[in-house]
Amino acid sequence: MQQFFQQLISGLSDGAIFGSLALALVLIYKATEVINFAQGELAMFTTYISWALITHHGFSFWEAFFATLLIAFVFGVGLQRVVIRPLEKASVLTVVMATIALLVILNGLAAWIWSPQLQFYPSPFPTSTWVVGGVHISKQDVGTLGVVIACVTVLWLFFRFTKLGLAMRAGAVNPAAARLLGVRTTWLLALGWGFAAVLGAVSGMMVAPSIFLTPNMMQAVLIYAFAAAVLGGLESPVGAVVGGLALGVLLDLLGTYVHPITPELRLPVALVILLIVLLVRPAGLFGRVVVRRV
Amino acid sequence: MSALLELIDVSARYGQVQALERVSLAVGEGEVIAILGANGAGKTTTLRAVSGTVRRGGEIVFAGKRLRGGPETVARVGIAHVPEGRGIFAELTVWDNLRMGAYLQRGRPDLGPVLAYFPWLGSRRNQQAGTLSGGEQQMLALARAFLLRPKLLMLDEPSLGLAPLVTREVFRVVADLNEKEGLAVLVVEQNAAVALQVASRAYVLETGTVAVEGSSGELRANDAVRSAYLGL
Repeated sequence: MQQFFQQLISGLSDGAIFGSLALALVLIYKATEVINFAQGELAMFTTYISWALITHHGFSFWEAFFATLLIAFVFGVGLQRVVIRPLEKASVLTVVMATIALLVILNGLAAWIWSPQLQFYPSPFPTSTWVVGGVHISKQDVGTLGVVIACVTVLWLFFRFTKLGLAMRAGAVNPAAARLLGVRTTWLLALGWGFAAVLGAVSGMMVAPSIFLTPNMMQAVLIYAFAAAVLGGLESPVGAVVGGLALGVLLDLLGTYVHPITPELRLPVALVILLIVLLVRPAGLFGRVVVRRV
Repeated sequence: MSALLELIDVSARYGQVQALERVSLAVGEGEVIAILGANGAGKTTTLRAVSGTVRRGGEIVFAGKRLRGGPETVARVGIAHVPEGRGIFAELTVWDNLRMGAYLQRGRPDLGPVLAYFPWLGSRRNQQAGTLSGGEQQMLALARAFLLRPKLLMLDEPSLGLAPLVTREVFRVVADLNEKEGLAVLVVEQNAAVALQVASRAYVLETGTVAVEGSSGELRANDAVRSAYLGL
């Protein structure tokens, strides 16, 4: 039982990281129906920036954390304006190809700037544990979960209660109608890229202490995030977060209690879950089957 | 009388297809004007050319100034365009739809005047807009457009998919807004009989050009119009 709770919390912490990157994917998908394959590398790149701020520029972790969120936001907005916006009238496939190009470019660029070598990334949380009723609760896990929940909550409040957030939701549902009401939708899309980049940066900075910093660090995380987003229903922000948490817990519990599932099988299992969802319930847990008029 | 909206030789095309060819029409202050015609005659395109949803040639003058830019800009000068299919944000609540209508207003939106015309919206505020009936959605679209505080309201097929009684109700509200608020209306309709009851003048489009124009009375008396569009 103790083991179960320990795995549950460590699963939730992993899941929070999947969930925040999945939410980043969903934000962009919902607005433009584009899967941003560069989302993971964008997160990796901004995580390197935070690392450089900490190790070379004397920032404390949290100073670097918030500075990086700001940099990620500007970077995301800039990428949309410079690379994606000119492809506004192109097909979804073209835009997806552009994001794959971004993926490769950012990966190479990071290796070129910071070297492809594994780097140690500091954790803001102590490595110690709390013991509650015999259950060892890692402060690292609780901290990660807390940071992600805080970021997602701030974002939710923004979408729920501000006029700009409302306009972004409306623009995602029906961009043509939003424009007729005076909304400059192209800027909202850029804003969406900015928020997605911020969420990615959060996931990168939270996962880096446990998997180290390399240009390829986010590639597996991105696959988990895909699986989480699909599990939640690609169109549902709530689904992305819940899907991420569920996936994290599921993988940890399977790894603990089903002995043939070794760490090597974690990624394949995630992809099997992705396939099963696509086959059995393509709309995911929270998505709705969209019938398009042709 | 100086026109509020004037189209002078306006053309528009979708790719290779010429949808509008040198269309000229005018809407005076506080006037209700109908655009009639068959499917594909260019009625919808005319409204789209005004709101800047399609690229337009020719000249469009609104309130004495040449109209430029896309829909975001046109909405700012006081033209509310309720598009074909109403353009409701189906996943958002009724209230959020209304708040979007007031997007360009500064500060807290004043929904009072809207609730005076559409009192039932208040009690349905938390309902998802996509679950409203067709007539209710059309009313919501009207209310949302009214919140833009426009001088000109452009309606594209407000009767589409509505029962005759509901259509009459929609047009009653449009006539109300016109009379009490002095709102000019440019309405595109397939249902010529209903449109001519509310409109003072109308234009009949055929393959992208103005075929007939005149007062509603004249058009109702016009044999060609009667047989083609009124089914009489």
